[in-house]
Amino acid sequence: MEKILLSVAVRTLVAGTPLLLGTLGEILAERSGVLNLGVEGMMAIGAVSGYLAALGSGSPWLGLAVALAAGMAISVIHAFVSVTLKANQVVSGLALTMLGLGAASLLGKPFIGRPLPVKLEAVRIPVLADIPYLGPVLFSRDAVFYISVLLGLVFAFLLARTRWGIEVRSVGENPAAADAAGVSVSGRRYLCTLAGGALAGLAGGYLSLVYSNSWMEGMTGGRGWIVIALTIFALWRPGRAFLGAYLFGVIFVLQYLLQPLGIPPNLLGMMPYLATLAVLVAGGLRADHRQLAAPTALGEPFSK
Amino acid sequence: MRIQSLEMSGISKAFGAVQANRGISLRLSGGEVLGLLGENGAGKTTLMKILYGLLPADEGTIRINGEPVRFHSPRDAIARGIGMVHQHFMLVQNHTVAENVALGFPEAPFFFPAREVARRIQEFSRRYGLAVNPRARIWQLSAGEQQRVEIIKALLAGADLLILDEPTSVLTPREAEELFAVLRRMSTEGHSLIFISHKLEEILSICDRVVVLRRGEVAGAAAAREMDKRELARLMVGREIIFNLSRKSLEPGPVVLEVENLTVAGDRKAAAVRGVSFRVHRNEILGIAGVSGNGQRELVEAITGLRRPAGGSVRLNGEDVTGASARVTASKGIAHVPEERIRFGIVPNLFVYENSVLKQHRSRLFSRGMFLNYGSIRAHAARLVKDFSIAAPSLNTPVRALSGGNIQKLILGREISGEPALLVAAHPTYGLDVGATEYIRRQLLELRERGTALLLVSEDLEEIFELADRVAVLFNGRLMGIVPTAEATMEQIGLMMAGIFPAEGDAS
Amino acid sequence: MRLRLESLPAPSSGRKLAVLALSLLAGFAAMSIVFAANRVNPLFALKEILLRSFGSLYGLKETVTKAIPLILIGSGLTLAFRARFWNIGAESQLLLGAMAATWVGLTWGGRLSAAAILPAMFAAGFLAGAAWGLIPALLKVRFAVNEVISTLMLNYVAAELLTLLITGPWRGASQRGFPYTEPLAAAAKLPLLPGTRIHYLTLGIALAAAALLYLAIYTTKFGYELRVIGENPEAARYAGIDFLRTSVVLMVVSGGLAGLAGVGEVAGIHHRLTYPGVISAGYGFTAIIVAWLAKLNPLGAVVSGLLFAGILVGGDAIQISLGLPAATVQVFNGVLLFFLIMGDFFITRRVKIVRPA
Repeated sequence: MEKILLSVAVRTLVAGTPLLLGTLGEILAERSGVLNLGVEGMMAIGAVSGYLAALGSGSPWLGLAVALAAGMAISVIHAFVSVTLKANQVVSGLALTMLGLGAASLLGKPFIGRPLPVKLEAVRIPVLADIPYLGPVLFSRDAVFYISVLLGLVFAFLLARTRWGIEVRSVGENPAAADAAGVSVSGRRYLCTLAGGALAGLAGGYLSLVYSNSWMEGMTGGRGWIVIALTIFALWRPGRAFLGAYLFGVIFVLQYLLQPLGIPPNLLGMMPYLATLAVLVAGGLRADHRQLAAPTALGEPFSK
Repeated sequence: MRIQSLEMSGISKAFGAVQANRGISLRLSGGEVLGLLGENGAGKTTLMKILYGLLPADEGTIRINGEPVRFHSPRDAIARGIGMVHQHFMLVQNHTVAENVALGFPEAPFFFPAREVARRIQEFSRRYGLAVNPRARIWQLSAGEQQRVEIIKALLAGADLLILDEPTSVLTPREAEELFAVLRRMSTEGHSLIFISHKLEEILSICDRVVVLRRGEVAGAAAAREMDKRELARLMVGREIIFNLSRKSLEPGPVVLEVENLTVAGDRKAAAVRGVSFRVHRNEILGIAGVSGNGQRELVEAITGLRRPAGGSVRLNGEDVTGASARVTASKGIAHVPEERIRFGIVPNLFVYENSVLKQHRSRLFSRGMFLNYGSIRAHAARLVKDFSIAAPSLNTPVRALSGGNIQKLILGREISGEPALLVAAHPTYGLDVGATEYIRRQLLELRERGTALLLVSEDLEEIFELADRVAVLFNGRLMGIVPTAEATMEQIGLMMAGIFPAEGDAS
Repeated sequence: MRLRLESLPAPSSGRKLAVLALSLLAGFAAMSIVFAANRVNPLFALKEILLRSFGSLYGLKETVTKAIPLILIGSGLTLAFRARFWNIGAESQLLLGAMAATWVGLTWGGRLSAAAILPAMFAAGFLAGAAWGLIPALLKVRFAVNEVISTLMLNYVAAELLTLLITGPWRGASQRGFPYTEPLAAAAKLPLLPGTRIHYLTLGIALAAAALLYLAIYTTKFGYELRVIGENPEAARYAGIDFLRTSVVLMVVSGGLAGLAGVGEVAGIHHRLTYPGVISAGYGFTAIIVAWLAKLNPLGAVVSGLLFAGILVGGDAIQISLGLPAATVQVFNGVLLFFLIMGDFFITRRVKIVRPA
């Protein structure tokens, strides 16, 4: 029994890591005022490019790096259209998603189902990994997991307790005030959007390199959209992103766990999406609370 | 290094076809208080934005202590010792005072900046008498306190020359006095001040010298003690601005609006309006004075159906309309000229004729069943344009191409065309030039003569005294008293605006 | 020498059209990269697309066939988008319409005449699509749920639901284990124009819908309120416009029209239900661009719907003949949408080259 629980815990962490990475990136972008609806496309591009790079080079680390870079490269387009051209951010994000999903499909077609011969090894943290029960679960994971957790803590600190954080948050709340104080609104927004894209790409790379070790059509399965919902659920705070990410990690894992119970797999397949709706509805019940937490200038282009 | 002299020469700036500044030159010495006077649209704010590095000048030079300087951004201006306190505060509402001050403060440490900044804030508070709690969130502060944060921001960043843009527009008379005391203290410490205003009294009381701008050019400059109000007013407008508005004394008719013990919740505060009661009669204008933020907005929203009251009642001509929706109140004859006309009163991208029926589109005059009768709508719009002298290129122009004054005329015309029972006007002449202001005020008086009851909310006491029969003051959501304007004094009103109940006062 | 941006508050129709055309051209130009990468001459590919879709009689017929769902959904989306209600769920609203029509068709198709069953299928399809579209509308008004996410989530849910049905209770006994339903009875099949695959009843509905929506937007109170909400929601509140009622009506219409498209696909083309991807074929997403390209004008959606149908048909043709992967069209959609947005920027702004005096 406990073996099952431990296995579930491990798989939850692995399933939740791409969600955590994506949510952290989206929180950063949205805190600076840019609504990035292209996460799904960026994840897909990250997944396929990471996979291809790893396949070609034999190095999973190169794969992850390429995935990160690919996500960032695509987000430059979104940043340009949203910040410099001040166009409709919703439509731009949607266009990016279509583009990303299509391009990923194009690139990955010849390689569907081909498993990666390389794997990201688990990194054991000495001493901590020997703690009974918790040890092997938490402290013997792949390196990206540790990075994601670290990033979450770092972002939380950066946003709340540094001058850089105040500047970024101000850009998202009242860009006119930040501009008058000499802070570059477009500079911060570009930076945060690119960081968001990079993390979305990395999340995608993690999906193809660690979570499933291969490439498949529609591999991202709507996770990009779930990330956007999780950003709202986290009330735009990196600390809360952990909760949402691992909660949905559990849901993804449950999909497989509950199969032997005879529940039709398609019903299980609906779970993450219905859960997302539930999460958003719950957030809406305290709508005023949520409204006050959202960055005031989110989605609005800034002109002097 | 202190700023001993500032010289702006031949500054010009155009926005598209509009020449905001044309060849403006002015000079300032260290420790001097310079007043920059002009009506709305004269170019004062543009000029100061150029000085502060927010805008680049098309032509002209700026010299500090004899050396030419070029500012590409506020950072440059701040580095050179120029600070600006904006008319519309550039503060982040959700952040604390310390976080706002830390924003753009070059000496704030990267880690835990709020702590260090809080310490400095205490220091400054003592030195200049600017008391404010570093840990408070901006939305919790009064307008006067928020302004103090802006001043502290500028001083901490090393401002030697401080530009203040219409600083008293959001203050009660007493807060304005406190501000002047602070400014005088700063002046004796050697700081230079540029004081932008359109209020003649203030300019004369606090400034050493005055420069008057009119239509983007310098209309005149002299020492303050050599000038008087009439002369300044003439320079400002080019003619004598004595509004030739006469308010006929009329017998107030029957009660139109009756508000009883109204309580309304605000967005964050529990109660923005607390137990307010008053009546407005036909042929009467009741003015609601008071600095913004004391519940005026919530009161107006509750009466016009945009916000549900938590308690109390609102009756129109005897009928209970408490909590009725905006649609219902409009149909019952409550017209509303909103504050922030572009944000709430029009749809900028739609055409002039489409905006002419924004709330009236459901009436039988303009619709038949499901369909809109565009023929009658266009005729209506044409009539409005003619009757209210609205300068619009055509009925098919997007309304955002119109000037502020013309937009307000369109809104006003639209709202009063139905001969409403009650007109609620919130800050109707805010930001308008003298011509438009005079026009709007005249229209309101004529409406009063024709029998409408008017509820006028305004921060401009001059306007209230000119238009209103009785004036009520809102402070912290409570009605401090209602007095006939003929008998009221500025001092009395000022006290009420500061929260002090008058010795006598009747609420009729 | 510097670049300066000038603002144009009232751009002419000529300018708007010119910018549109340039955006399209730029999009095509960008796609050349993809073609070149696949060792295909871009100009040749473009010529082939145009020839295969509009240059032959067969191509034209196919183009009109594919245009039917695009016009139906696209015109409905112009309504929703005007009120800034981002309905990304047309894919699933189509599927719900298809499922409802199939259910009606399979249950009563053998027993009723075409004159009875076909209207019933259309009605069922409209209602199902409308109901599915109503969910995100209510979620938004009641719980402030972001409609982009809710409509997308419902896409996934509907796809799973359909797959569940066709692999389970609705799997046709005669289909030998394949995930198809039984084929529809003859009465439940939509009549086609002879020699084509054009199910003209649906086409008629699509054109009528586009015209009606155009009238609705520009002559009714509802259309006026819709435009006010989309352009300035705060002014809409001030004017007492009812957001709930407007959202409900527009999602019922948008969802219902997508449902009708689903009926058309099932009763006119496939004659049975199968995998979601086959039935909806990305129409719900392509229609977004159709609506955007039409500048949210329902009559314009007829033209842009035909244009995109041509691209789909031509794209299918060259994909097979030139060996280009299927997702090329999806990439093209994204690229084109991008250039359209970027083009929007230049409608109200003019770039001027300023030489220092």
